[in-house]
Amino acid sequence: MTRIAPTEPETGEAPAERRAPRGAGPSGSPRQDAAFSGLALGASLLILVVLAGVALFLCLQAWPVVGAPAEEFYGGEGFLSYIWPLVAGTLIAAAIALVIATPVGVGVALYISHYAPRRLAKPVGYVIDLLAAIPSIIFGAWGASVLAPRIVPLYDWLGAYLGFIPIFAGPASATGKTILTASVVLGIMILPIITSMSREIFQQTPVLQQEAALGLGATRWEMVRMTVFPFARAGIISSVMLGLGRALGETMAVTLVLSGGPFNPSLIQSGNQTVASEIALNFPEAYGFRMNELIAAGLVLFLITLVVNMLARFVVSRYKEFSGANS
Amino acid sequence: MSTATLRKSSLAGGQAPRWLPFAVGAGALVLGAALASLAGFSIGLWAVFAGLLFVVAGPAVVGAIEGRRKGVDALARYLVYGAFLLALIPLVSVIYTVLARGLPGLDLNMLMTSMGGVTGATDNAAAAGETPVYGGAYHAILGTLVVTFWATLMSVPVGLLTAIFLVEYSGGRISGLIARIITFLVDVMTGIPSIVAGLFAAALFVQIFDDPSMRMGFIASVALSVLMIPTVVRNAEEMLRIVPNELREASYALGVRKWRTIAKVVIPTAISGISSGVTLAIARVIGETAPILVTAGFVTTINANAFSGWMTTLPTYIYYQIVTPTSPTNPGISEGRAWSAALILIVIVMVLNLLARLIAKIFAPKTGR
Repeated sequence: MTRIAPTEPETGEAPAERRAPRGAGPSGSPRQDAAFSGLALGASLLILVVLAGVALFLCLQAWPVVGAPAEEFYGGEGFLSYIWPLVAGTLIAAAIALVIATPVGVGVALYISHYAPRRLAKPVGYVIDLLAAIPSIIFGAWGASVLAPRIVPLYDWLGAYLGFIPIFAGPASATGKTILTASVVLGIMILPIITSMSREIFQQTPVLQQEAALGLGATRWEMVRMTVFPFARAGIISSVMLGLGRALGETMAVTLVLSGGPFNPSLIQSGNQTVASEIALNFPEAYGFRMNELIAAGLVLFLITLVVNMLARFVVSRYKEFSGANS
Repeated sequence: MSTATLRKSSLAGGQAPRWLPFAVGAGALVLGAALASLAGFSIGLWAVFAGLLFVVAGPAVVGAIEGRRKGVDALARYLVYGAFLLALIPLVSVIYTVLARGLPGLDLNMLMTSMGGVTGATDNAAAAGETPVYGGAYHAILGTLVVTFWATLMSVPVGLLTAIFLVEYSGGRISGLIARIITFLVDVMTGIPSIVAGLFAAALFVQIFDDPSMRMGFIASVALSVLMIPTVVRNAEEMLRIVPNELREASYALGVRKWRTIAKVVIPTAISGISSGVTLAIARVIGETAPILVTAGFVTTINANAFSGWMTTLPTYIYYQIVTPTSPTNPGISEGRAWSAALILIVIVMVLNLLARLIAKIFAPKTGR
C-alpha cells in the first residue's frame, strides 16, 4: 500500500499558522482534523483501557482467594484442588471437540472450495454459516433433549465392548448427559469456525499451481495434497486454534448437556465439569467468598484461552512466510 | 520407457462405469441392513453401517478397476462428500427440532405477554387442559432488544473509530507502534470467552458500586460490547483497507482535509461492508447467554429500563425455562415455551444474517466496469 502524504504531521497536532482562512470551509479546518484523529486515537486507547480493565477488575475481585485458608474453598481443600478437575474437564471436552470437528470441518471446507459443483458451493457455504449463527443455548437445548437420549445405545456398546479402556469404563450413563455428549455438541459448534476459515484460505490457493498439478496428471486429491494443503497449512492450524479457543470458553452448551460432578476419567458416565459451565451454574446464586472464587476460576479460564490464542498467532507468524494466506 | 509400450498404460486403462457409485451404494444399503439387523436393527445403525461400507467399498472397487492412485482419489472424494453430509445432520436436526417443538406454542400470547403472575398452578391447569397456556416471552424479547441496543450503541462508535485509527492514522512511528499494540489487543479480545466478559462486567460494577448483588441490563450491555468491539474493529478495518487509495488521493488533490476525506469518501465507500459487519456482530451477541446470566439476573416481569432492576433476555429465558420449569410437576409446558423462544431467537438471528447480506449487496459501491 502506498502511503499518502498527509497534510499535517501524523500526531494530529496541526500547526497553528496553517489554519484555513475561514476556519471550517468545505474541506474542514485543521482543528477539526486534529479533533478527529484524536477521537480515533481515543477510541483505540479505550480498547486498551477496557482490556486492562478486564484483567484488573478480574484480578481485584479474585484477590481474596490468594492466601485464604483451604477450608473456605468449595470442597474445603484449597483453590488448587478446586480448580484442577474443572480445568481437566475443560481441556478434555475441548480436545475431544477438536478431534471431532477438525477432520469434518476441513472436509466440508474442501467440499465447498474444490469438490462441490460451482452452483452449489455458495449456498452450501451459506448453510454452514447458518450453523455458526445458531446461538449456543439452542445447541445446548438440542444436545440435552435430542442428542443425549439417542447417543445412549452407543455408550452402552462402548461400555460393554471397550470398557477395559479407562475412558470408556462402564456402566454408561442412562441419560447420555456425559462429557462425551457435551464434547460432540462443542464439536458441532466449532465446526463452522474451522470450515469458514479454512474454506477462505483454500479458495485463495494460486490457481496456476492447481492447474499445473492437474496438467501434470495429478488426480484431484493429489492436487489438493500438493498445492492446497501446503498453501493453507498455517490457515488450517490457526482456524483449529480459534475453534479450540471457542470450545474452551463455551458455556451454555456444556451447562445444559452435561450433568456435572467430580472428576471422572470415564467419558461415558456423568461427572466432570468445565470452568465456564461451573461459573454459569453457580455465579447467579453466589455471594461473598464463593463469588471471588468463581471470578478466580474465570481468570484461570481467561489465561488458558489467552495462551491458546497466543500459540495460534505464533504458529501463524512462523508459517506466514510460506503462505500468502495471512497477509 | 521402451518396455512400457507393451504394458497397458494406466491412462488408457479401464475406467469405472458411471453407474458404479449407485451400484456400490445399493449394495452397501443391503449389506448394511443385514449387518444392522445382526446387531439389533435401528435406522441409525443401518445408516452408519451402510455409510461405512459405501466409503470403504466404493474406492476399493474404483481402485481395483482404475489403479491405486485413482482409488485413493476416490476415497478422498467420498470422505469429503461424507464430511459434508455429516455436517448437515446436526444442522437439519437442530432446525427441525426447534420448528417441531417451537411452532405449536408460538402464538400472540407467547409474543405479547410476560411471565408475570404465571405460577406452577397456572401451568398445571394448562397441562390438565382446563385453561390455555398462559405466559410468554414478551419481557425477554424486550430485554434482548434493550440490552443489544445499548451494546451496539457502545461498540459501533468505538469499533469504527478504532478501525479508522488503525487504517488511516497509523502511519507515524509512534502511532504505528500504538496500532500494532491495538491490533494485538483486539486479537486477544476476540479470544475472550463470553463468560469471562460477563464476569468482567460484573466485577467492574461490583467494584464501582460495592454491591455484590448488583444486576441490571446495562451491565450485560457492557459485557456484550466487550465481545462485540473486536468483531466490529476487525470487520471495519478489513472494509476500510479495501477502499482504493486513488479515491483518497483524488480527494486530497482537491484540497479536502483528511478527516473530511475519511468521513465523506472512505466511509461511504465502505459503508455496505461495515454495516453488514455490524449486523453480523449484533447477530452474534444477541444469542449470548452466559454473560447475561451473570450480569442481568432473571425476572418474570417486564422491565424496559436497562439502568435499574433485573432483566431477562431470550437466551436466559430459554435457559431458566428448561432448568427451572415454572411447574416442576409439568415441565413440558415450560419446555414448550423454551422452544418457542428458541424459535423466535433463531428467526431474529437469521433475519439479521439475511439483512447483513442484503445490505452488503444493495449498498455495495457501484464499480465502473
